[in-house]
Amino acid sequence: MVNLNASIIVALLLFGIGTLGFLIRRNAIVVFMSVELMLNAVNLLLVTFSRMRVDLDGQVMAFFVMAVAAAEAAVGLAIIIAVFRKLRSIDLDKASLLRS
Amino acid sequence: MISFLFYVFSALALASAVMVVTRKNPVSSALFLVMTFFCLAGIYVLMDAFFLAVVQVAVYAGAIMVLFLFVIMMLNLSPDELPAFMNRRIKWAAAALAIVLTGSLLFLDLSRRLPASPAGELKGEVGALGDLIFGKFLLPFELTAVLLLMAIVAAVIMARREI
Amino acid sequence: MNPALWITLGKILVVFALTLGTVAYMTLAERKVSAIIQWRKGPNRVGIWGLLQPIADGLKFVFKEDYVPQTANKALHALAPMLTMAPALMTFAVVPFGSTLPIFGMEVKMIVADLSIGILFIFAIASLGVYGLAVGGWSSNNKYSLLGGLRSSAQMISYEISMGLSVIPIIMMSGTLMLTGIVDWQGNHLWFVITQPLSFLLFVISSFAETNRLPFDLPEAEPELVGGFHTEYSSMKFASFFLGEYANMITASALIVTLFFGGYHLPFIENLAFFDNHGFMLGMLHVITFMAKTAVWLFIFIWVRWSLPRFRYDQLMGLGWKVLLPLSLVNILIYGIIILGFGLGGTS
Repeated sequence: MVNLNASIIVALLLFGIGTLGFLIRRNAIVVFMSVELMLNAVNLLLVTFSRMRVDLDGQVMAFFVMAVAAAEAAVGLAIIIAVFRKLRSIDLDKASLLRS
Repeated sequence: MISFLFYVFSALALASAVMVVTRKNPVSSALFLVMTFFCLAGIYVLMDAFFLAVVQVAVYAGAIMVLFLFVIMMLNLSPDELPAFMNRRIKWAAAALAIVLTGSLLFLDLSRRLPASPAGELKGEVGALGDLIFGKFLLPFELTAVLLLMAIVAAVIMARREI
Repeated sequence: MNPALWITLGKILVVFALTLGTVAYMTLAERKVSAIIQWRKGPNRVGIWGLLQPIADGLKFVFKEDYVPQTANKALHALAPMLTMAPALMTFAVVPFGSTLPIFGMEVKMIVADLSIGILFIFAIASLGVYGLAVGGWSSNNKYSLLGGLRSSAQMISYEISMGLSVIPIIMMSGTLMLTGIVDWQGNHLWFVITQPLSFLLFVISSFAETNRLPFDLPEAEPELVGGFHTEYSSMKFASFFLGEYANMITASALIVTLFFGGYHLPFIENLAFFDNHGFMLGMLHVITFMAKTAVWLFIFIWVRWSLPRFRYDQLMGLGWKVLLPLSLVNILIYGIIILGFGLGGTS
């Protein structure tokens, strides 16, 4: 039997690692991967709660999160490519056109 | 046995998540992220969410991460062009922030008493999930379809034109 | 340990050994069939009729120098061949290669794991095949390898979609995701190749593209595109890519047989009165039927390779996105109307 409390803690730690990556990386693609990591942490939490409450609604929510993540990945990567074309770089520190 | 497997998958998932964040090479990061997704799929199987486990592998590992890898390969930056980390001050501030956030979440979680074991059996069968998606959640499901179509159109426009 | 676990372990070992053995002899079959098609003799020096040729080839691969480019990413360069080989072998876990076989008084199911989501499992694992090609092409640090890797991953992603969509009418008609359920439905009704010829055509074309076989073998077009993702590979690593392709071919043939040709069922003969009280013989008949059908499909794979010319890359992409994808969507619509309108299929 899976210890559901342990599973919640795993999800929280995953979310924390994702946040850390999001804040400390400058490579746009890796920042994006950190966002995926955070989304997955939430999914794990949803599935855990679904198991805890014996209710499939949580799994349906996780399913929707995956569908939205797919859409987000397509658009996000297209934006990264557009930024790369403009700046010849995927360094987030250089994407500061609005500031000058 | 199931409990043991759960701890193995969790440890692997967390370890490879750390690798995702700390590797300088984006291809290594991407492959470690695939590893994390696999371990999460394993955890889903242990929690009887079979359909979700398969969708996790098919969508995350099979589609989204392939897209990431594809973009990384297409840009094909040489190692010295790769931006790595923020400067040291921001790094420490960010680490502190992340630790505070995770710590407070953990505190919130530990301060309330949730049942460690579920109240009963859960049938993670595809049929039950399908009934929910095409019944109670029909409208969100249709909206997801529209969202995906919009994403396709947006991605094509972004990739084609100089913006 | 309980006996069920031992039986599963035994089944895994048998399936593994059989698949790898078939892979080894597929290399010989390919050369022999191509020789027959081109009016030659083919390999006939090592052993009678060249039967020991795969062993000689294997030894040659082992003793070759394993060359890794200086600038390559060593770890990923070594990982890529494994990433190609593993998914090809994993898929076989859910393919039913027989009904049940009574062994030592126990009814043993002839399938490693009869998952309730069998078809989805296959597509999930099959979608991982891209990693081997992409990582192999990138880690070699060679522009031809990189372009080859990009080319082949784009091809595999494109054809995966129409492959997945072409199976949906089958799921709608049989009302199950279990492969054993689909096989039994065909045993009780008609084979899907008869009731769904369009799905069959779409699936076969997509699986030719997914296994990188001619007429879609652009990932490794050696004469005109400087090889592909495996340009910088040699020795056993190259052999893994090479054998992975054959393992994929075997999986694809087994899937075509399972989904469209009734799996292990042999109509009329299996209903003979003789088999009613000879359970073991019936089980063996099913296993042999499945193997024979798969062998026929493997032959067709080779036959097509040595008969058709290669597509151009833009033609390949055009076919995938502009022809197969709309056709498979229309196909789903047609069968939806048929199933709803005439009350066909379903679990009823």
